[in-house]
Amino acid sequence: MPTVAARPRLRVGIVKMASCDGCQLTLLDLEDELLPLAERFEIVEFPEASSVRSAGPYDVLLVEGSISTPDQATEIVELRKQAKRLVTIGACANHGGIQALRNWSDHDAFRAAVYAHPEYVASLAQSVPVSELVTVDAELNGCPISPDQLRELLVSVSVGRRPQIREESVCLACKRRSVVCVMVSQGIPCLGPVTQSGCGALCPRFGRGCYGCYGPKEQANAVSLARAFAWTGRQDAEVARLFAGFTGWSGTFRSVAAAYGGPPGVIPYAVPAEPKGGPDDARD
Amino acid sequence: MHGTDGISTAPAPVAGREFKVDYITRVEGEGSLVLRVQDGQVAEARLKIFEAPRYFERLVVGRTGDEVIDIVARICGICPIAYQMTATHAFEDLYGVEVAPAVRALRRLLYCGEYIQSHALHVFMLHAPDFLGYPSVLAMAGDHRPVVEQGLAIKRLGNRLISTLGGRSVHPISVRVGGFSRAPRRGDLDGVRADLDEAVEMARATVALVASWDPPQFNHAQPLVALRHPREYPYNDGRIVSTDGIDLAPGAWSEAFEEHHVEGSNALHARTRDGRAYQLGPTARIALDADQLHPIAAEALAATGLADEIRTNVHRSIVARAVELLGACADARDLIDGYREPSAPRAPWTPRAGVAAWSTEAPRGLLHHRYEVDDDGHVTAAQIVPPTSQNQEAIEADLAAFAPSVLDLPHAEATHRLEMLVRAYDPCISCATHFLDLRIVGPGRGWALR
Repeated sequence: MPTVAARPRLRVGIVKMASCDGCQLTLLDLEDELLPLAERFEIVEFPEASSVRSAGPYDVLLVEGSISTPDQATEIVELRKQAKRLVTIGACANHGGIQALRNWSDHDAFRAAVYAHPEYVASLAQSVPVSELVTVDAELNGCPISPDQLRELLVSVSVGRRPQIREESVCLACKRRSVVCVMVSQGIPCLGPVTQSGCGALCPRFGRGCYGCYGPKEQANAVSLARAFAWTGRQDAEVARLFAGFTGWSGTFRSVAAAYGGPPGVIPYAVPAEPKGGPDDARD
Repeated sequence: MHGTDGISTAPAPVAGREFKVDYITRVEGEGSLVLRVQDGQVAEARLKIFEAPRYFERLVVGRTGDEVIDIVARICGICPIAYQMTATHAFEDLYGVEVAPAVRALRRLLYCGEYIQSHALHVFMLHAPDFLGYPSVLAMAGDHRPVVEQGLAIKRLGNRLISTLGGRSVHPISVRVGGFSRAPRRGDLDGVRADLDEAVEMARATVALVASWDPPQFNHAQPLVALRHPREYPYNDGRIVSTDGIDLAPGAWSEAFEEHHVEGSNALHARTRDGRAYQLGPTARIALDADQLHPIAAEALAATGLADEIRTNVHRSIVARAVELLGACADARDLIDGYREPSAPRAPWTPRAGVAAWSTEAPRGLLHHRYEVDDDGHVTAAQIVPPTSQNQEAIEADLAAFAPSVLDLPHAEATHRLEMLVRAYDPCISCATHFLDLRIVGPGRGWALR
């Protein structure tokens, strides 16, 4: 079948670090477009779906998952050298993921709580975003990422333009869809005002408050929202747990969670220390 | 490591042969396999998991049941509903919540959606290339486009069903302790219902198609374990039963099974309390619940004539999976036809202290959760036993039993056959990993003993 342009097919890789595989599954979930996409791109590395392997180079590399082991820290640096463009996909790769909850705790104690022989588990002290180790060219948000945004990313790179992804809060998505505000009408705490949209206001449409899985919107006033939760009678611990979720290690949400006492279940550091990068001044 | 071709070309040790796949492809998550042969005997067969640990049992400490549902979904992007369902049933069992029949039906319908998408993914996209001789479904599509398109169409329907009930297909958001945050209107289901007729026919054809593919010869029976319910296929509910007489409530998993610490290893493996490996998944369910299969699926299974061979040749799991795919499509159709909107999507409940434990049937097999909960409904300790960690010993036992039949093949082909056997289990390494890591068993230990 003739393709639109005669330009050579871009070499695409899809790899994972610490993650659930759900974001790369989103690519396979583009059922209608999958075969046309496979014709437009040369998918050279995608071990979840293909036994054909390539260590690079890649024109575009999609990276799922957070960096949480010494091997991953080494590998991501190598992968970056092989990738013309590196795009992180999902809450783990962008913000450290739900597993970054452990960053609040003493790592050795945390590890010992799950593994009988923690000394055999190779694991970094923290689960961190890919961008802490290498330069990232673009990010797709979400836990999991949005199929629409993934499609837009792939189409835009294939024709050589910037992806057009709307930057706005979940609140605006609610307004656009005429969803009645769950916070105003039912008093349900919702992170929608401070969370990047892309889900189409999914949780409010289903009668729930947003739990922030797309991560903080730029310049979000999370401090003010937290104060509003507290004013409406929520205890500090409850405020902290709302922000300490799937993108809770993002700077914006982390500082609010810290100001309200941190997430539940933390095992304090053996040597008293603030969690790295957890400023305590976000309360005012 | 990403990028290597997976199959090791390192020379075998002089005294024996070693088959290695450094990165098993077309499975969920990161693992490798090593099989070592000494003087024509299998000295070691091991599935090694190098997926990064994520500590889920500890991440849920301090969280409420509703928060746990959202968190444990992230153990696996392929089967999040299995995790959500198991957790929600566990908390409801502890809190004494009676869910409305319509809500119970919706849960079964949601689980059908997961079976459809997960099984279609594995049958068509991960496993079929092994039978048809391609490295991936994308390569396969060049010569077998109608088959691939059929698989994608079925998978799409499963995803649509999940999205209709749960908002999105990966990590849906509507499952809550006591029910759903929102129940669909009858009309919301019309679109999916209309497509299910065609899906049933496509799935029926799929059973016949995959049954026509010749598998490697293999005959190795293992004890099988699954849920069993007296009136229905046991997606969410039933007693834990086995081919050798186990019969337990869904929360009582630990009475018959235990996580075992293998010497020299940090991995916990599940075994029966008398130390035996056992097999979970479509094979086990088909064997133990054949009479509860939807009649359409039962008929399709009978037409293959493979009901017995499925039990002893794990390469035939693709047939078992296709039969369940058909069953889930047919069950989903019936559930939608019988659906009446519940008066309330969610039953009220109050937390209480105790142990919340349940098991459901994830697409890959029995999934067990156990949470210790305080007076406020906050988790104080958790145990999550995914199907793949339970299957791991069965996989290794099968590798050891299967290996002699491939030793005369060229090295690369033999290695490929071994990797194919692992894939037949549809292992979900992402699931297994929150407590599995390197497993090292010295040569001569482990295998010959069982």
